[in-house]
Parts: sequence; C-alpha cells; structure tokens
Amino acid sequence: MYSAKVMDHFSNPRNVGDMPDADGVGTEGNPTCGDVMQIFIKVKDGRIVDIKFKTFGCGAAIAVSSMITEMAKGKTLDEALTISKESVANELEGLPPQKMHCSNLGADALKKAIEDYKSKNK
Amino acid sequence: MRRCYFDHVATNPLDARVFDAMLPYFKEEFGNPLSMYELGSKAKEAIENARGQVASLTNSKASEIIFTASGAESNNFALRGIALARQNEGKHVIVSRMEHHSILNSARFLEKMGFVVTYLPVDKHGVVDPDTVKKAITKETTLISVTHASSEVGTIEPIKEIADIAREKKIIFHTDAVATTGNIPINIKELGVDLLSMAAHQFYGPKGAGALYVREGLRIVPLIYGGIQENGRRAGTENVPAIVGMGRAAELAGSEMNSRMEHVGRLRDKLLNIKASVENVHLTGHPDNRLPGHASFCVEFIEGEAMLLLLAAKGVYAASGSACSSKALKASPVLLSMGLPSSLAQGSIVFTLGKDNSDEDIEYLLAEFPQVIKRLREISPYGKGWGIEGEGGQCIVQK
Repeated sequence: MYSAKVMDHFSNPRNVGDMPDADGVGTEGNPTCGDVMQIFIKVKDGRIVDIKFKTFGCGAAIAVSSMITEMAKGKTLDEALTISKESVANELEGLPPQKMHCSNLGADALKKAIEDYKSKNK
Repeated sequence: MRRCYFDHVATNPLDARVFDAMLPYFKEEFGNPLSMYELGSKAKEAIENARGQVASLTNSKASEIIFTASGAESNNFALRGIALARQNEGKHVIVSRMEHHSILNSARFLEKMGFVVTYLPVDKHGVVDPDTVKKAITKETTLISVTHASSEVGTIEPIKEIADIAREKKIIFHTDAVATTGNIPINIKELGVDLLSMAAHQFYGPKGAGALYVREGLRIVPLIYGGIQENGRRAGTENVPAIVGMGRAAELAGSEMNSRMEHVGRLRDKLLNIKASVENVHLTGHPDNRLPGHASFCVEFIEGEAMLLLLAAKGVYAASGSACSSKALKASPVLLSMGLPSSLAQGSIVFTLGKDNSDEDIEYLLAEFPQVIKRLREISPYGKGWGIEGEGGQCIVQK
C-alpha cells in the first residue's frame, strides 16, 4: 500500500531524535487522532543548519517526518516555508489518499518550528 | 525468513484434509443439487452430509442449519430476518458494543427502517453484564444479539445467562459465534440461543462458506429470494465444494478440539510473557475468560500500524485496532467502548494463534517484538508519560 520511498523512510528514518538546545520547536497533531509530530530546528544566519524529529504515528507519519527533515536541511527559513504537504507527498512518490491529510503533518510542524524561532528572535 | 502467521481472526489457512474433501466437487461431482439425475443427487447428498457435520459440532439438528456464504451474511440474515419477521410485535432490537460491523451495520439499517436499537455498554474487560440486558428490554423488544466472543479482544460473553433472560421475556436471542465455533466447544442446546452465526474459514475451512443455526420452528424472513434451496430460506445454487469443506472442517474441529485448545492455549500463555520483558504493555480483554489462542495488547507511546509494518518486515503477521490501520481511520470502537483512552487504543496489537503455530514461532516473536517496540519508542515524542508541550487541537480526520 505504501511506495518504496515511504517504506525506505519509515524503515530507516533520517534525523530522528531530540535537540535540547533547539532554536525552534514545532508540534502538530494529537495522539487521540493517531499522529503527533515534533520538529526541532537549529538556525544559523537565517538557514536551517540542523533538524531533528520525533513522531508518534503510523508508517506514513514517520516517513513524512523523515522526508521533511531531509528537504528542509540547509534551506533558508523562507525556502523552508515553501515546503508544502503536496511537495512532501511528491518526494515520497505519493501517499495513500486516506493518509494524505491525517498523517501529512510535517509541513505544519516545520512551519510552527520556524514561527517559534522567529518569535524568540525578534 | 521465518513466517509466523498470528492473525487467525482474519482467516485460517485451509486444512489439507479439508482441501482433499472439497476437490472432487469442483470437477467430477459438479452437479446442481436440485437436479434429478445422479450427478445432482450426489451433490445433494454431500451437502446434507456437511449439514450433519456442522450440526454435530454444535449439538443442533441438521434441519436447523442453513448454509450461507459468510459469517457476515449469517449475521445480516439473523438481524434483518428476525426483526422483519416480528415487526408487528415490536420494533426494538438490542445489540452490544462488542459486535462485529456486520451486526452493527445491520442494526443501523434497521434504524433507518424505523426500528429503535439499544447498544449495550461493556465493562473494562469487554464483558456485557446480563443485568444491563434485563434493564434494556422494553415491551417492544423482539430481538437481542450479543457476540459469543469478540475477535478483537477475545473476551467470551455470558451467553447462557443472557439467553435465559431473553427466553423468560419471549425475546429471540442471536449470538455471533464466528470467532468461537470450531475453536471452543459450542453446545447450542446448552447455550439456549435461538440463532447462531458461524464461518468455516475461522476453523480451517474455506472462505465463502458460513452457516446460521435457526432453532426449529422459528420464523425468519429470507435475505435472498429465489429457488427452494435451503428450504426456501436462502436461495441460490449451493456452493457445493465450500459447503463440503465446511462440513469436513467442522468434523475435524470436533475431533481435534481438545488438543488444538491445549496447544494454542499453551502457546498464548507463553506469548503473554511479552509483558515481563517490555514496560507499559497492557493486555486488553478479559484476563482469563477469553479465546484460548488470543493475545491482545495496547502498547503505550507507539502506534499499531507502524508495529504491523515492522513486524511484517520480520515475517510476523498480526492485526491492530488502531485508527491508522483501519480504512475508516478510526480507533476500534470495541476498545473505546471498554473505556480505553483513544491515545492508548492507537497502540493496539492483536496476536491470534492457530494449530500450526509452534513454540519456535512464539520464541521468534518474543525475541523480535521488544526490538520493534524499542525502535518505535525511540522515534516517539512520548516516553515517560503522555502529553508533550504544544500538542492538542482538533483531529484532522473526524467523522
């Protein structure tokens, strides 16, 4: 039911972990619905130099988290903000329709992490 | 890679002896049981032989067994057939919250037809209290349906007690025994039920074969109209090989019942040791009064579908009642009705064992499963407890 790319990112997720000294943290989702994503970013000169995630959820949710950390790493904050649910799904070679919305929380969690960073560094 | 099939509530493998019994009825003995010539009468004979085998497994009369195409059909037939047959006496039906979708969705159909349905609550182990049945009965009640055992949590319900209450009030009582027939002893006369559903593929028979026991003399409205098959109560040319297979599977289940129960019960108890090696794993369903081969858990801080995928990659096949693993994206109503928080229900995992599982299968699972849990917990933001900063808000998928 999942693409090979989804299975790869689910089985070998990239950038898993906590980041105690994160510059920004974004959390999206609710465990009662099934999926919760937490994204931590480290920012230097307006660029995401390090990124980690923690996710509670299904295979798609974990793959989405892993993929978005790869897509965002090294990007400027403005570039990272252009990452959408659709672009994450495309990079994963598609998600099953029923998982497109509930498990595709990465873009929202990343946005929140960037907002968190910006509010702390006004 | 080792392949461990622990999803016997989904379906069972076909027993080779059952397959052998079915084979001639695909090709050589292909006749229509209604035909007058020998080819027909041989097929007819085979069906009646199977009917006797199913009746003997369940201590009922052959004339009380109606063959159907599935457990779901039997459940639809029972609910709709009895509610409609008795609608002049009342339009109230009682079912429990532990029921299979084929019961719940039949109940919803009846609601659309103007019937009133009461959904009985259950306790934390998933047990229906017979007293709540008594209290739910009104003058309008014509039918009660409570499952014999839930395939999701394995809890065996107090069917005899509920049947006694129903009989006293002259209400028809049906039980969905799809998960139990062929797996634990079923004595219909002793249980005192009026109708009982069963499915062959739950006891090493073929898919596409089910049966409904209907107590002698009970009036039921057919689900399928047509010819005079099954005494006019279930039309359609009979699926002779499948019915023959169901009969043979019933015969084998009867003669091997004790050894199969002992085998899967012992393996299940061994599997329960998982709780000793991993923290924050909870057994769901009744701790003792449950199906012998059934072990169901909720694992905290991780999600069921992700567990199923990692287990499948190791050749272990199981089931889950988590929202993400269901097509409807909703956590199992059975788990929620037992009072489990939906976050915990997301960690549902169900192992159901069969006669062909071995000690080595269980040992393999006991070695691999803690690693799967550990790996997913390393990814999870939860760990010491539930609740992290920033979570919350509306569920994105709600129905």
